[in-house]
Amino acid sequence: MPGSHDSPPLRGQVLHPVVLKNVARTYRLDSVDVPALVAIDLVILPNRFTVISGPSGSGKTTLLNLIGCIDRPDHGTIIVGGRAVQELSDDALSDFRAQHLGFVFQNFNLLPVLTAFENVEYPLLLARMPPGKRRHRVKRLLAAVGLADFGSHRPGQLSGGQRQRVAIARALARRPQLVLADEPTANLDSKTGAEIIELMRRMQQMHRVSFVFSSHDPKVLEEADDAVYIRDGRIVCVERRRTPGESRP
Amino acid sequence: MVLGLVAVLLFGGFIRDITYQLQSDYVERTGHLQVQRKGYFLYGSGNPAEYGIRDYEKILSRLKDDPVLAPMLVVATPTLQFGGIAGNFAAGVSRTVYVSGVVVDEQNLMGEWNDYHRRVLRKHLTLTGTSPDAAVIGTGVARVLGLCTALNVPNCVAIKEPSTPEASDAVMPDDIASLAESTRGAKPAAGGASPPRIEILAANAHGAPNVTGVNVVRAEFQGIKELDDVYVALHLAKAQRLIFGNDPPQVTAIALQLQHTAQLALARARVEELLAEAKADDLEILDYETLNPFYGQTLSMFAAIFGFISVLIGAVVLFTISNTMSMTVVERTVEIGTVRALGLRRRGVREMFLAEGIVLGTVGCVLGIVISIVLAWAINALGLTWTPPARIEPAPLAVRVAGEYLMILGSAIGLVVVASASAILPATRASRMNIVDALRHV
Repeated sequence: MPGSHDSPPLRGQVLHPVVLKNVARTYRLDSVDVPALVAIDLVILPNRFTVISGPSGSGKTTLLNLIGCIDRPDHGTIIVGGRAVQELSDDALSDFRAQHLGFVFQNFNLLPVLTAFENVEYPLLLARMPPGKRRHRVKRLLAAVGLADFGSHRPGQLSGGQRQRVAIARALARRPQLVLADEPTANLDSKTGAEIIELMRRMQQMHRVSFVFSSHDPKVLEEADDAVYIRDGRIVCVERRRTPGESRP
Repeated sequence: MVLGLVAVLLFGGFIRDITYQLQSDYVERTGHLQVQRKGYFLYGSGNPAEYGIRDYEKILSRLKDDPVLAPMLVVATPTLQFGGIAGNFAAGVSRTVYVSGVVVDEQNLMGEWNDYHRRVLRKHLTLTGTSPDAAVIGTGVARVLGLCTALNVPNCVAIKEPSTPEASDAVMPDDIASLAESTRGAKPAAGGASPPRIEILAANAHGAPNVTGVNVVRAEFQGIKELDDVYVALHLAKAQRLIFGNDPPQVTAIALQLQHTAQLALARARVEELLAEAKADDLEILDYETLNPFYGQTLSMFAAIFGFISVLIGAVVLFTISNTMSMTVVERTVEIGTVRALGLRRRGVREMFLAEGIVLGTVGCVLGIVISIVLAWAINALGLTWTPPARIEPAPLAVRVAGEYLMILGSAIGLVVVASASAILPATRASRMNIVDALRHV
């Protein structure tokens, strides 16, 4: 497990882009090889809202999984936070994810037996943060996502939007460089989905963290600083909608 | 898990109770310790007179009056045991017997020992309140001596029953008759129902044959046929007169019964000191386990049965919990993928499920112990009885769980270990899951 040290504060620090060079990933399904990604070259700029968009089966989730270090490419190089992650051992990858990455899932993936407070606290427990510091950070995060009074609620007692807020707070608990969100609004109604996107934008600006989404929701695309279009495992185009450093209106 | 521990503890508690009953039986009959002449235990049955304890009354006084030993003692009582031949010469039959000469009141006191708070206690000896020449024999002896009808022995089929002693053709040999005449007790009053009379022939302390007549007041089944076929009990003085005649009487053993079995080591050490002080170098001390090898053999048998049953139950618990944990791992596949994505290492996943197995085992143990104690109490409250082998009276069917700390701890720890072990495979499987596949699991 990673030691008790946490990710250093990000303000004023150099943020690394995510770089993929000639990355490919093939899955074997019933003795048939299915290429999910083919020759991916991509740079994801730091401190941005980046959306990976494409139809179902285009490889969005696979790309997100590789960037999120929960899967390994068959070949190619992936550089996250200045490190070539495809060379890391399984334990080293686990530690890397814990320190530098956050995840928001389509189905929220909260731990059902833990309260909202405990779910947000979980990554900090893995980091062996002292209890007092841990409690303080969790309370601030829950307040930041608008759930200050819901810490003792279990996921079953929260609405979909509230659960996703808890998931966002959890993803930001260790001040990661990068948060990956796979279709975060797919299971939410449009109003709640818009609120979640707005919240993530706010968190991104507050914590200076990069957000990478996969989504085919047009409303999510509208919010993107950069959009990556993918089809049949290949990047079709990359739109830089705002220049680096340009604030969102 | 809970059921497994309950089964183990109830069975173990039943065995513990049987153990205490068995121990109580032997302690009631032979005492915790016996002082004997060296060699008597191995060779004395062939020549008991040779192994008699001289000045046994002085030794008894020393033991009873000792300020260290006395508080531990319930009873210190002498016994004389020897082999002989019992004859019903009126019927022309005889058989070899094993005679026990006892002090009846002290034997009755020994029979009241109840350190384990049993519900059913041994009845007083039938020799209680009888004349000095009274005897109690086994039903097997009565059967062979043709006394079934005279002694109202149930379920007893005699080969030969005399109609009246006078009508019998059998006549006691003159020399035996003359020996017997000298030891004959007072004849019963005219018109009274007299108990049947038999003669007992034995070698006296000088090796010569001696005979005494006794009035058989009752025939009692002795639990096992081998003992029942040879059993004769007499008052100690009568037995001493037969063996030692007019010589100073001796005994073959001094039985000591203690307040608690736990005092045995201390009491033994003190008796050794007292015998050394008395310069009784020809005496030795034997405990009830040595005197009754069947006790140790029975305990070993029960230990083997308990061990086998425990292993069997442990195997069932192992497979049951392993199956439950495996299902849990499947149900929590997405959760496993999530915590792995959040940064938990494979080892952390394995430790998480192992810890759950240990907690499951521990909670199950606590519940199992509580339920066992309650069920044991309920079983004991039913007041059931059963008659174990080699016993005459029924014994309570009881289960002892409360207070058996070693048994509870050993069983609990064993099952916690089994529960933990049963979590190893599922935990390992969980730790090896592919994160992407786990997150995709429906």
